[in-house]
Amino acid sequence: MEKISVKVCLGTTCFVMGSANLQELIDIVPAKYGDKVDVSGVPCLGLCATDWEFSKAPYVKVNNEVVKEATVEKVLNEIEKQLGKK
Amino acid sequence: MATNTPKQTSHLKREILVRLIKAYLSDNFEENTRLIPYDMRPKGSEVPYRCCIHQERAVLRDRVIAGLGLSIEDAEDSELLSSLAKKALERKEPEEHPLTVLHTACHGCVPSRIYVTDLCQGCVARPCESTCRFGAIKVEHGKSVIDPSKCKNCGMCAQVCPYQAIAKIIVPCENACPVGAITKDEDGLAHIDFEKCISCGKCVSACPFGAVHKKSQVIDILKAIKEGKKLVAMLAPAIMGQLPCTPKQLKQAIMKLGFSDVIEVAEGADITSANEAAEFKERMEKGDKFMTTSCCAAYNELVEKHLPEIKPFRSETKTPAYYTAELVKKEMPDAVTVFFSPCVAKRREAMQNPNIDFVLNFEELGAWFIAMNVQVADCDEADYRKESSAQARNFANTGGVAAAVNSLLEDDEKAQAYVVDGLNKQSIRDLKKFAKNGQCEFGNLIEVMACTGGCLGGSSTINAYKPALKQLTNYVNESPEIKTVVKK
Repeated sequence: MEKISVKVCLGTTCFVMGSANLQELIDIVPAKYGDKVDVSGVPCLGLCATDWEFSKAPYVKVNNEVVKEATVEKVLNEIEKQLGKK
Repeated sequence: MATNTPKQTSHLKREILVRLIKAYLSDNFEENTRLIPYDMRPKGSEVPYRCCIHQERAVLRDRVIAGLGLSIEDAEDSELLSSLAKKALERKEPEEHPLTVLHTACHGCVPSRIYVTDLCQGCVARPCESTCRFGAIKVEHGKSVIDPSKCKNCGMCAQVCPYQAIAKIIVPCENACPVGAITKDEDGLAHIDFEKCISCGKCVSACPFGAVHKKSQVIDILKAIKEGKKLVAMLAPAIMGQLPCTPKQLKQAIMKLGFSDVIEVAEGADITSANEAAEFKERMEKGDKFMTTSCCAAYNELVEKHLPEIKPFRSETKTPAYYTAELVKKEMPDAVTVFFSPCVAKRREAMQNPNIDFVLNFEELGAWFIAMNVQVADCDEADYRKESSAQARNFANTGGVAAAVNSLLEDDEKAQAYVVDGLNKQSIRDLKKFAKNGQCEFGNLIEVMACTGGCLGGSSTINAYKPALKQLTNYVNESPEIKTVVKK
Protein backbone atom coordinates (compact mmCIF):
# COMPACT_ATOMS: atom_id res chain seq x y z
CA MET A 1 0.00 0.00 0.00
CA GLU A 2 1.28 3.42 -0.97
CA LYS A 3 1.85 5.90 1.79
CA ILE A 4 -0.41 8.91 1.91
CA SER A 5 1.52 12.16 1.74
CA VAL A 6 0.26 15.18 3.67
CA LYS A 7 1.87 18.53 2.90
CA VAL A 8 1.02 21.42 5.20
CA CYS A 9 1.84 24.65 3.39
CA LEU A 10 3.98 26.92 5.56
CA GLY A 11 4.38 29.69 2.98
CA THR A 12 3.79 33.20 4.31
CA THR A 13 0.17 33.48 3.18
CA CYS A 14 -0.93 30.11 4.50
CA PHE A 15 0.98 30.63 7.73
CA VAL A 16 -0.65 33.98 8.44
CA MET A 17 -4.11 32.80 7.39
CA GLY A 18 -3.99 29.86 9.76
CA SER A 19 -1.50 27.11 8.98
CA ALA A 20 0.40 28.25 12.07
CA ASN A 21 -2.32 26.35 13.89
CA LEU A 22 -1.95 23.30 11.63
CA GLN A 23 1.58 22.61 12.78
CA GLU A 24 0.12 20.30 15.40
CA LEU A 25 -0.77 17.92 12.54
CA ILE A 26 2.92 17.16 12.31
CA ASP A 27 2.64 15.57 15.77
CA ILE A 28 -0.93 14.26 15.62
CA VAL A 29 -0.79 12.42 12.29
CA PRO A 30 2.17 10.11 12.96
CA ALA A 31 0.76 9.31 16.41
CA LYS A 32 -2.56 8.34 14.86
CA TYR A 33 -1.60 6.65 11.60
CA GLY A 34 1.99 5.52 12.17
CA ASP A 35 3.84 4.88 8.92
CA LYS A 36 0.72 4.82 6.75
CA VAL A 37 0.86 8.58 6.38
CA ASP A 38 3.78 10.92 5.81
CA VAL A 39 3.27 14.46 7.04
CA SER A 40 5.50 17.50 6.72
CA GLY A 41 5.45 21.28 6.66
CA VAL A 42 6.50 22.50 3.21
CA PRO A 43 7.40 25.82 1.59
CA CYS A 44 4.77 27.69 -0.42
CA LEU A 45 2.77 25.32 -2.64
CA GLY A 46 1.91 28.23 -4.93
CA LEU A 47 -1.86 27.82 -4.50
CA CYS A 48 -2.44 31.27 -3.01
CA ALA A 49 -0.76 33.27 -5.75
CA THR A 50 -3.50 33.37 -8.36
CA ASP A 51 -6.12 36.05 -8.18
CA TRP A 52 -7.70 36.41 -4.73
CA GLU A 53 -7.06 32.83 -3.75
CA PHE A 54 -5.25 33.96 -0.61
CA SER A 55 -8.65 34.17 1.02
CA LYS A 56 -9.01 30.38 0.78
CA ALA A 57 -5.70 29.80 2.56
CA PRO A 58 -4.43 27.86 4.45
CA TYR A 59 -3.94 25.01 1.99
CA VAL A 60 -2.96 21.43 2.73
CA LYS A 61 -2.32 18.76 0.11
CA VAL A 62 -3.33 15.19 0.92
CA ASN A 63 -1.76 13.30 -2.00
CA ASN A 64 -3.18 15.20 -4.97
CA GLU A 65 -6.27 16.44 -3.16
CA VAL A 66 -6.15 20.11 -2.13
CA VAL A 67 -7.85 21.02 1.15
CA LYS A 68 -8.85 24.70 1.16
CA GLU A 69 -9.34 26.77 4.30
CA ALA A 70 -7.83 23.80 6.02
CA THR A 71 -8.43 22.94 9.63
CA VAL A 72 -7.04 20.00 11.60
CA GLU A 73 -10.46 18.31 11.35
CA LYS A 74 -10.78 18.78 7.59
CA VAL A 75 -7.34 17.32 7.00
CA LEU A 76 -7.95 14.32 9.23
CA ASN A 77 -11.25 13.69 7.41
CA GLU A 78 -9.51 13.75 4.04
CA ILE A 79 -6.89 11.29 5.32
CA GLU A 80 -9.64 8.96 6.57
CA LYS A 81 -11.42 9.21 3.24
CA GLN A 82 -8.32 8.26 1.29
CA LEU A 83 -7.38 5.47 3.68
CA GLY A 84 -10.89 4.06 3.31
CA LYS A 85 -10.68 4.05 -0.47
CA LYS A 86 -7.56 1.95 -0.55
CA MET B 1 -3.04 25.95 27.17
CA ALA B 2 -5.96 27.70 25.55
CA THR B 3 -3.95 30.49 23.98
CA ASN B 4 -4.25 31.20 20.28
CA THR B 5 -6.79 28.57 19.31
CA PRO B 6 -7.62 28.83 15.61
CA LYS B 7 -10.67 30.96 14.89
CA GLN B 8 -12.68 31.82 11.79
CA THR B 9 -12.98 35.35 13.16
CA SER B 10 -9.20 35.83 12.90
CA HIS B 11 -9.27 34.55 9.32
CA LEU B 12 -11.97 37.07 8.46
CA LYS B 13 -10.24 40.01 10.15
CA ARG B 14 -6.93 39.20 8.45
CA GLU B 15 -8.57 38.81 5.04
CA ILE B 16 -10.03 42.29 5.42
CA LEU B 17 -6.64 43.74 6.33
CA VAL B 18 -5.06 42.17 3.24
CA ARG B 19 -7.79 43.58 1.01
CA LEU B 20 -7.49 46.98 2.63
CA ILE B 21 -3.73 47.13 2.12
CA LYS B 22 -4.16 45.96 -1.49
CA ALA B 23 -6.73 48.71 -1.95
CA TYR B 24 -4.29 51.28 -0.58
CA LEU B 25 -1.57 50.09 -2.92
CA SER B 26 -3.93 50.18 -5.90
CA ASP B 27 -4.59 53.21 -8.06
CA ASN B 28 -7.96 53.94 -6.45
CA PHE B 29 -7.85 53.43 -2.70
CA GLU B 30 -11.21 54.96 -1.85
CA GLU B 31 -13.29 53.15 -4.45
CA ASN B 32 -11.54 49.82 -3.93
CA THR B 33 -12.14 50.12 -0.20
CA ARG B 34 -15.82 50.68 -0.83
CA LEU B 35 -15.91 47.49 -2.88
CA ILE B 36 -14.35 45.21 -0.24
CA PRO B 37 -17.65 43.85 1.16
CA TYR B 38 -18.91 43.23 -2.40
CA ASP B 39 -15.67 41.54 -3.46
CA MET B 40 -15.84 39.28 -0.44
CA ARG B 41 -19.51 38.45 -0.92
CA PRO B 42 -20.24 38.90 -4.63
CA LYS B 43 -23.71 38.43 -6.09
CA GLY B 44 -24.94 34.90 -5.64
CA SER B 45 -22.22 33.89 -3.24
CA GLU B 46 -22.69 31.70 -0.22
CA VAL B 47 -23.89 33.24 3.02
CA PRO B 48 -21.62 31.57 5.56
CA TYR B 49 -22.45 33.31 8.82
CA ARG B 50 -25.39 35.71 8.78
CA CYS B 51 -29.05 35.70 7.77
CA CYS B 52 -28.57 37.05 4.25
CA ILE B 53 -25.94 38.47 1.92
CA HIS B 54 -26.88 42.04 2.86
CA GLN B 55 -26.13 41.52 6.49
CA GLU B 56 -22.90 39.74 5.60
CA ARG B 57 -21.84 42.80 3.63
CA ALA B 58 -23.00 45.21 6.34
CA VAL B 59 -20.92 43.42 8.95
CA LEU B 60 -17.91 43.30 6.62
CA ARG B 61 -18.31 47.03 5.97
CA ASP B 62 -18.09 47.69 9.68
CA ARG B 63 -15.04 45.48 10.01
CA VAL B 64 -13.36 47.52 7.27
CA ILE B 65 -14.00 50.68 9.32
CA ALA B 66 -11.91 49.23 12.16
CA GLY B 67 -9.24 48.35 9.61
CA LEU B 68 -9.23 51.99 8.57
CA GLY B 69 -8.50 52.84 12.20
CA LEU B 70 -11.84 54.53 12.80
CA SER B 71 -14.40 53.99 15.51
CA ILE B 72 -17.29 51.83 14.31
CA GLU B 73 -19.61 53.33 16.93
CA ASP B 74 -18.99 56.84 15.61
CA ALA B 75 -19.41 56.12 11.90
CA GLU B 76 -22.78 56.98 10.39
CA ASP B 77 -24.59 54.01 8.84
CA SER B 78 -25.19 56.00 5.70
CA GLU B 79 -21.58 56.93 5.14
CA LEU B 80 -19.82 55.13 2.32
CA LEU B 81 -16.58 53.28 2.94
CA SER B 82 -14.99 55.42 0.25
CA SER B 83 -15.65 58.56 2.25
CA LEU B 84 -14.43 56.90 5.45
CA ALA B 85 -11.27 55.82 3.63
CA LYS B 86 -10.72 59.46 2.73
CA LYS B 87 -11.13 60.45 6.37
CA ALA B 88 -8.56 57.84 7.39
CA LEU B 89 -6.12 59.33 4.89
CA GLU B 90 -6.69 62.85 6.12
CA ARG B 91 -6.26 62.30 9.85
CA LYS B 92 -3.06 63.55 11.38
CA GLU B 93 -2.77 60.99 14.13
CA PRO B 94 -4.43 57.71 15.16
CA GLU B 95 -7.53 57.70 17.36
CA GLU B 96 -7.06 57.52 21.10
CA HIS B 97 -8.84 54.31 22.13
CA PRO B 98 -7.50 51.23 20.43
CA LEU B 99 -10.69 49.14 20.57
CA THR B 100 -14.10 49.46 18.96
CA VAL B 101 -17.23 47.31 19.14
CA LEU B 102 -19.11 46.26 16.06
CA HIS B 103 -22.76 46.25 17.05
CA THR B 104 -23.99 44.65 13.86
CA ALA B 105 -21.81 41.64 14.71
CA CYS B 106 -22.46 41.66 18.46
CA HIS B 107 -24.84 38.79 18.98
CA GLY B 108 -26.34 40.39 22.04
CA CYS B 109 -25.72 37.16 23.97
CA VAL B 110 -28.28 36.25 26.62
CA PRO B 111 -27.40 37.96 29.89
CA SER B 112 -25.02 36.16 32.15
CA ARG B 113 -27.07 33.97 34.54
CA ILE B 114 -27.59 30.56 36.11
CA TYR B 115 -29.94 28.31 34.18
CA VAL B 116 -31.58 25.03 35.18
CA THR B 117 -31.65 22.73 32.15
CA ASP B 118 -34.07 19.90 31.33
CA LEU B 119 -31.56 17.48 32.79
CA CYS B 120 -32.79 18.34 36.30
CA GLN B 121 -34.16 15.15 37.83
CA GLY B 122 -35.93 16.80 40.76
CA CYS B 123 -33.92 14.58 43.05
CA VAL B 124 -34.50 13.96 46.74
CA ALA B 125 -31.11 15.16 47.93
CA ARG B 126 -31.61 18.64 46.45
CA PRO B 127 -28.10 19.91 47.15
CA CYS B 128 -28.88 22.98 45.03
CA GLU B 129 -31.52 24.09 47.50
CA SER B 130 -29.44 23.52 50.58
CA THR B 131 -26.27 25.07 49.18
CA CYS B 132 -27.87 28.33 48.03
CA ARG B 133 -27.14 31.04 50.54
CA PHE B 134 -29.75 33.37 49.09
CA GLY B 135 -32.76 31.05 49.07
CA ALA B 136 -32.99 31.57 45.33
CA ILE B 137 -33.56 27.99 44.20
CA LYS B 138 -36.59 25.80 45.04
CA VAL B 139 -38.02 22.62 43.64
CA GLU B 140 -41.41 23.22 42.10
CA HIS B 141 -43.39 20.56 40.25
CA GLY B 142 -40.46 18.18 40.38
CA LYS B 143 -37.87 20.57 38.97
CA SER B 144 -35.54 23.15 40.41
CA VAL B 145 -36.54 26.72 39.65
CA ILE B 146 -34.42 29.83 40.16
CA ASP B 147 -35.92 33.05 41.43
CA PRO B 148 -34.02 35.68 39.41
CA SER B 149 -34.75 38.42 41.96
CA LYS B 150 -32.80 36.51 44.62
CA CYS B 151 -30.10 34.80 42.52
CA LYS B 152 -26.64 36.41 42.77
CA ASN B 153 -25.08 34.36 39.95
CA CYS B 154 -22.62 32.72 42.35
CA GLY B 155 -22.90 29.36 40.61
CA MET B 156 -22.77 27.23 43.77
CA CYS B 157 -25.88 25.25 42.76
CA ALA B 158 -24.29 24.44 39.41
CA GLN B 159 -21.22 23.14 41.20
CA VAL B 160 -23.08 20.80 43.53
CA CYS B 161 -25.70 19.38 41.14
CA PRO B 162 -25.01 15.61 40.86
CA TYR B 163 -26.46 15.57 37.31
CA GLN B 164 -24.60 18.66 36.09
CA ALA B 165 -28.06 19.88 35.17
CA ILE B 166 -27.44 23.53 36.07
CA ALA B 167 -25.47 25.66 33.67
CA LYS B 168 -23.76 28.95 34.26
CA ILE B 169 -24.40 31.00 31.13
CA ILE B 170 -21.66 33.51 30.48
CA VAL B 171 -21.22 36.45 28.17
CA PRO B 172 -17.76 35.67 26.78
CA CYS B 173 -16.47 39.26 26.57
CA GLU B 174 -17.72 40.15 30.05
CA ASN B 175 -16.30 36.94 31.41
CA ALA B 176 -12.89 37.50 29.82
CA CYS B 177 -12.51 41.12 30.92
CA PRO B 178 -10.46 41.18 34.13
CA VAL B 179 -11.65 44.66 35.14
CA GLY B 180 -15.36 44.74 34.25
CA ALA B 181 -14.87 47.29 31.48
CA ILE B 182 -17.05 45.61 28.87
CA THR B 183 -20.71 45.04 29.67
CA LYS B 184 -23.99 44.48 27.91
CA ASP B 185 -26.20 47.52 28.13
CA GLU B 186 -30.01 47.61 28.22
CA ASP B 187 -29.97 47.23 24.45
CA GLY B 188 -28.28 43.85 24.92
CA LEU B 189 -25.15 44.97 23.09
CA ALA B 190 -21.62 45.17 24.45
CA HIS B 191 -20.08 48.53 25.28
CA ILE B 192 -16.57 49.31 26.45
CA ASP B 193 -16.05 51.77 29.27
CA PHE B 194 -12.73 53.34 28.33
CA GLU B 195 -12.32 54.81 31.82
CA LYS B 196 -11.96 51.22 33.03
CA CYS B 197 -10.49 49.46 29.99
CA ILE B 198 -6.82 48.43 30.31
CA SER B 199 -6.49 47.49 26.61
CA CYS B 200 -5.47 43.92 27.40
CA GLY B 201 -7.36 42.64 24.36
CA LYS B 202 -8.91 39.65 26.11
CA CYS B 203 -12.40 40.58 24.85
CA VAL B 204 -11.08 40.64 21.28
CA SER B 205 -9.99 37.01 21.58
CA ALA B 206 -13.02 35.94 23.61
CA CYS B 207 -15.90 37.13 21.42
CA PRO B 208 -17.13 34.22 19.27
CA PHE B 209 -18.67 36.68 16.81
CA GLY B 210 -15.50 38.72 16.42
CA ALA B 211 -17.40 41.84 17.43
CA VAL B 212 -14.57 43.57 19.25
CA HIS B 213 -12.08 45.07 16.84
CA LYS B 214 -8.70 46.71 17.10
CA LYS B 215 -8.43 50.00 15.28
CA SER B 216 -5.59 49.59 12.86
CA GLN B 217 -2.93 52.19 12.14
CA VAL B 218 -1.79 50.43 8.99
CA ILE B 219 -3.17 53.17 6.71
CA ASP B 220 -1.24 55.85 8.62
CA ILE B 221 1.94 53.80 8.27
CA LEU B 222 1.43 53.11 4.55
CA LYS B 223 0.82 56.80 4.05
CA ALA B 224 4.05 57.77 5.82
CA ILE B 225 5.97 55.40 3.55
CA LYS B 226 4.31 56.84 0.47
CA GLU B 227 5.24 60.35 1.60
CA GLY B 228 8.87 59.24 1.53
CA LYS B 229 9.42 59.41 5.28
CA LYS B 230 12.14 57.38 6.89
CA LEU B 231 10.40 54.62 8.85
CA VAL B 232 12.20 52.58 11.47
CA ALA B 233 10.68 49.27 12.54
CA MET B 234 11.15 48.37 16.20
CA LEU B 235 10.45 44.67 16.68
CA ALA B 236 9.04 43.41 19.97
CA PRO B 237 10.92 40.28 21.04
CA ALA B 238 7.81 38.08 20.59
CA ILE B 239 8.01 38.54 16.81
CA MET B 240 10.89 36.11 16.52
CA GLY B 241 8.50 33.21 17.01
CA GLN B 242 5.82 34.47 14.66
CA LEU B 243 6.67 33.86 11.03
CA PRO B 244 8.06 30.92 9.08
CA CYS B 245 11.55 32.36 8.57
CA THR B 246 14.74 33.20 10.44
CA PRO B 247 15.04 36.48 12.38
CA LYS B 248 17.53 37.76 9.80
CA GLN B 249 15.20 36.92 6.90
CA LEU B 250 12.44 38.73 8.75
CA LYS B 251 14.53 41.90 8.75
CA GLN B 252 14.98 41.69 5.00
CA ALA B 253 11.27 40.98 4.51
CA ILE B 254 10.31 44.08 6.51
CA MET B 255 12.79 46.20 4.52
CA LYS B 256 10.91 45.11 1.39
CA LEU B 257 7.77 46.77 2.74
CA GLY B 258 9.53 50.13 2.61
CA PHE B 259 11.11 50.48 6.05
CA SER B 260 14.54 52.05 6.09
CA ASP B 261 15.79 50.22 9.16
CA VAL B 262 14.73 47.35 11.39
CA ILE B 263 15.78 47.25 15.02
CA GLU B 264 15.16 44.73 17.79
CA VAL B 265 13.41 46.05 20.87
CA ALA B 266 15.58 43.50 22.69
CA GLU B 267 18.17 46.33 22.59
CA GLY B 268 15.92 48.24 24.98
CA ALA B 269 15.21 45.07 26.96
CA ASP B 270 18.90 44.86 27.82
CA ILE B 271 18.69 48.38 29.24
CA THR B 272 15.46 47.54 31.10
CA SER B 273 17.13 44.46 32.61
CA ALA B 274 20.16 46.41 33.80
CA ASN B 275 18.10 49.23 35.31
CA GLU B 276 15.59 46.91 36.89
CA ALA B 277 18.31 44.76 38.45
CA ALA B 278 19.96 47.85 39.96
CA GLU B 279 16.61 49.11 41.17
CA PHE B 280 15.70 45.76 42.72
CA LYS B 281 18.99 45.67 44.62
CA GLU B 282 18.48 49.19 45.90
CA ARG B 283 14.89 48.54 47.00
CA MET B 284 15.82 45.35 48.84
CA GLU B 285 18.66 47.11 50.63
CA LYS B 286 16.21 49.83 51.62
CA GLY B 287 14.00 47.16 53.21
CA ASP B 288 11.21 46.78 50.64
CA LYS B 289 9.56 43.38 50.72
CA PHE B 290 8.87 43.11 46.99
CA MET B 291 8.98 44.85 43.63
CA THR B 292 6.89 44.24 40.53
CA THR B 293 8.12 44.50 36.96
CA SER B 294 6.90 47.35 34.75
CA CYS B 295 7.20 46.31 31.12
CA CYS B 296 3.70 45.03 30.36
CA ALA B 297 1.56 47.89 29.04
CA ALA B 298 -1.75 46.36 30.11
CA TYR B 299 -0.41 45.86 33.64
CA ASN B 300 0.75 49.46 33.72
CA GLU B 301 -2.70 50.62 32.67
CA LEU B 302 -4.21 48.36 35.33
CA VAL B 303 -2.04 50.03 37.97
CA GLU B 304 -3.07 53.50 36.78
CA LYS B 305 -6.79 52.76 36.67
CA HIS B 306 -7.50 50.09 39.24
CA LEU B 307 -4.50 49.36 41.43
CA PRO B 308 -2.92 52.66 42.51
CA GLU B 309 -1.97 51.10 45.83
CA ILE B 310 0.64 48.89 44.13
CA LYS B 311 2.36 51.84 42.46
CA PRO B 312 5.00 52.27 45.20
CA PHE B 313 6.03 48.65 44.61
CA ARG B 314 6.17 48.82 40.83
CA SER B 315 9.58 49.32 39.30
CA GLU B 316 10.29 52.84 38.01
CA THR B 317 12.26 51.34 35.15
CA LYS B 318 10.90 52.07 31.69
CA THR B 319 9.81 49.50 29.13
CA PRO B 320 12.08 48.04 26.42
CA ALA B 321 9.96 49.88 23.83
CA TYR B 322 10.63 53.15 25.66
CA TYR B 323 14.43 52.78 25.69
CA THR B 324 14.55 51.53 22.11
CA ALA B 325 12.45 54.43 20.81
CA GLU B 326 14.57 56.88 22.78
CA LEU B 327 17.76 55.50 21.21
CA VAL B 328 16.30 55.60 17.71
CA LYS B 329 15.01 59.17 18.01
CA LYS B 330 18.32 60.34 19.44
CA GLU B 331 20.33 58.78 16.63
CA MET B 332 17.85 59.56 13.85
CA PRO B 333 15.71 62.57 14.83
CA ASP B 334 13.89 62.50 11.48
CA ALA B 335 12.85 58.86 11.81
CA VAL B 336 9.22 57.81 12.09
CA THR B 337 9.19 54.98 14.62
CA VAL B 338 6.85 52.01 14.30
CA PHE B 339 6.59 49.54 17.15
CA PHE B 340 5.74 45.99 15.99
CA SER B 341 3.46 44.65 18.68
CA PRO B 342 1.94 41.36 19.83
CA CYS B 343 -0.92 43.09 21.64
CA VAL B 344 -3.39 45.96 21.85
CA ALA B 345 -2.05 47.49 25.03
CA LYS B 346 1.15 48.75 23.44
CA ARG B 347 -0.96 51.11 21.34
CA ARG B 348 -1.92 52.91 24.51
CA GLU B 349 1.66 53.01 25.68
CA ALA B 350 2.75 54.40 22.32
CA MET B 351 0.11 57.11 22.49
CA GLN B 352 1.60 58.34 25.75
CA ASN B 353 5.14 58.21 24.41
CA PRO B 354 6.08 60.91 21.86
CA ASN B 355 9.03 58.80 20.70
CA ILE B 356 6.77 56.04 19.33
CA ASP B 357 4.85 57.28 16.31
CA PHE B 358 2.86 54.22 15.28
CA VAL B 359 2.10 50.65 16.29
CA LEU B 360 1.70 47.79 13.84
CA ASN B 361 0.60 44.46 15.24
CA PHE B 362 1.77 41.05 14.04
CA GLU B 363 -1.52 40.22 12.30
CA GLU B 364 -1.30 43.47 10.35
CA LEU B 365 2.30 42.73 9.43
CA GLY B 366 1.28 39.28 8.20
CA ALA B 367 -1.53 40.80 6.12
CA TRP B 368 0.93 43.30 4.66
CA PHE B 369 3.28 40.51 3.58
CA ILE B 370 0.37 38.76 1.87
CA ALA B 371 -0.79 41.95 0.14
CA MET B 372 2.71 42.67 -1.18
CA ASN B 373 3.38 39.01 -1.96
CA VAL B 374 6.50 38.85 0.20
CA GLN B 375 7.58 35.25 0.74
CA VAL B 376 9.48 35.56 4.03
CA ALA B 377 11.24 32.22 3.72
CA ASP B 378 12.75 33.27 0.37
CA CYS B 379 14.25 36.51 1.68
CA ASP B 380 17.99 36.97 2.11
CA GLU B 381 19.38 37.34 5.59
CA ALA B 382 20.21 40.79 6.92
CA ASP B 383 22.12 41.43 10.15
CA TYR B 384 20.69 43.49 13.00
CA ARG B 385 22.87 46.42 13.99
CA LYS B 386 23.38 45.07 17.51
CA GLU B 387 23.55 41.60 18.98
CA SER B 388 21.13 41.64 21.90
CA SER B 389 21.36 39.19 24.77
CA ALA B 390 19.60 35.87 25.09
CA GLN B 391 17.81 37.11 28.21
CA ALA B 392 16.53 40.27 26.47
CA ARG B 393 15.26 38.26 23.51
CA ASN B 394 13.46 36.00 25.98
CA PHE B 395 11.43 38.90 27.45
CA ALA B 396 8.47 37.72 25.37
CA ASN B 397 8.25 34.49 27.30
CA THR B 398 6.51 34.29 30.65
CA GLY B 399 9.15 34.37 33.37
CA GLY B 400 11.65 35.89 30.95
CA VAL B 401 11.77 39.35 32.47
CA ALA B 402 12.34 38.11 36.01
CA ALA B 403 14.99 35.71 34.74
CA ALA B 404 16.81 38.53 32.94
CA VAL B 405 16.85 40.67 36.09
CA ASN B 406 18.06 37.74 38.14
CA SER B 407 20.91 36.92 35.81
CA LEU B 408 22.36 40.38 36.49
CA LEU B 409 22.22 39.99 40.27
CA GLU B 410 25.04 38.43 42.32
CA ASP B 411 24.45 35.13 44.09
CA ASP B 412 23.73 36.72 47.47
CA GLU B 413 21.25 39.24 46.02
CA LYS B 414 19.21 36.90 43.79
CA ALA B 415 15.51 37.56 43.66
CA GLN B 416 12.88 34.99 44.39
CA ALA B 417 10.63 35.39 41.37
CA TYR B 418 6.88 35.03 41.44
CA VAL B 419 5.32 35.07 37.99
CA VAL B 420 1.80 36.32 37.30
CA ASP B 421 1.21 34.44 34.06
CA GLY B 422 -1.89 36.24 32.80
CA LEU B 423 -4.11 38.87 34.40
CA ASN B 424 -7.56 37.74 35.48
CA LYS B 425 -9.93 38.58 38.31
CA GLN B 426 -8.10 36.25 40.70
CA SER B 427 -4.57 37.42 39.93
CA ILE B 428 -5.71 41.04 40.29
CA ARG B 429 -7.16 40.23 43.74
CA ASP B 430 -3.80 38.65 44.65
CA LEU B 431 -1.91 41.76 43.55
CA LYS B 432 -4.28 43.94 45.60
CA LYS B 433 -3.56 41.79 48.62
CA PHE B 434 0.22 42.04 48.16
CA ALA B 435 -0.05 45.81 47.95
CA LYS B 436 -2.26 46.01 51.04
CA ASN B 437 -0.01 43.76 53.13
CA GLY B 438 3.16 45.32 51.78
CA GLN B 439 4.52 41.88 51.09
CA CYS B 440 4.11 38.82 48.93
CA GLU B 441 4.57 35.40 50.50
CA PHE B 442 5.57 33.81 47.18
CA GLY B 443 8.54 35.94 46.26
CA ASN B 444 10.12 39.38 46.20
CA LEU B 445 10.22 40.00 42.46
CA ILE B 446 6.76 39.79 40.91
CA GLU B 447 6.73 39.59 37.14
CA VAL B 448 3.35 40.58 35.74
CA MET B 449 2.27 39.61 32.23
CA ALA B 450 -1.30 40.38 31.18
CA CYS B 451 -1.34 37.52 28.68
CA THR B 452 -0.97 33.87 29.54
CA GLY B 453 2.32 32.66 28.15
CA GLY B 454 3.69 36.21 28.11
CA CYS B 455 3.81 38.28 24.92
CA LEU B 456 3.76 35.06 22.87
CA GLY B 457 0.15 34.72 24.03
CA GLY B 458 -0.73 38.27 22.94
CA SER B 459 -4.05 38.87 21.23
CA SER B 460 -2.46 39.99 17.95
CA THR B 461 -0.06 37.11 17.48
CA ILE B 462 -0.08 34.83 14.44
CA ASN B 463 1.69 31.68 15.48
CA ALA B 464 0.27 29.08 17.85
CA TYR B 465 1.82 29.25 21.30
CA LYS B 466 3.87 26.06 21.31
CA PRO B 467 5.65 26.38 17.96
CA ALA B 468 6.16 30.10 18.66
CA LEU B 469 7.90 29.27 21.93
CA LYS B 470 10.07 26.67 20.22
CA GLN B 471 11.11 29.11 17.50
CA LEU B 472 11.84 31.90 19.97
CA THR B 473 13.81 29.55 22.21
CA ASN B 474 16.03 28.51 19.30
CA TYR B 475 16.87 32.16 18.72
CA VAL B 476 17.46 32.78 22.42
CA ASN B 477 19.80 29.79 22.60
CA GLU B 478 22.05 31.15 19.87
CA SER B 479 22.26 34.62 21.48
CA PRO B 480 24.99 35.85 23.82
CA GLU B 481 24.75 35.82 27.63
CA ILE B 482 23.43 39.05 29.13
CA LYS B 483 26.55 39.60 31.20
CA THR B 484 28.63 39.89 28.04
CA VAL B 485 26.19 42.43 26.55
CA VAL B 486 25.36 44.58 29.58
CA LYS B 487 28.53 45.93 31.13
CA LYS B 488 28.32 47.21 34.66
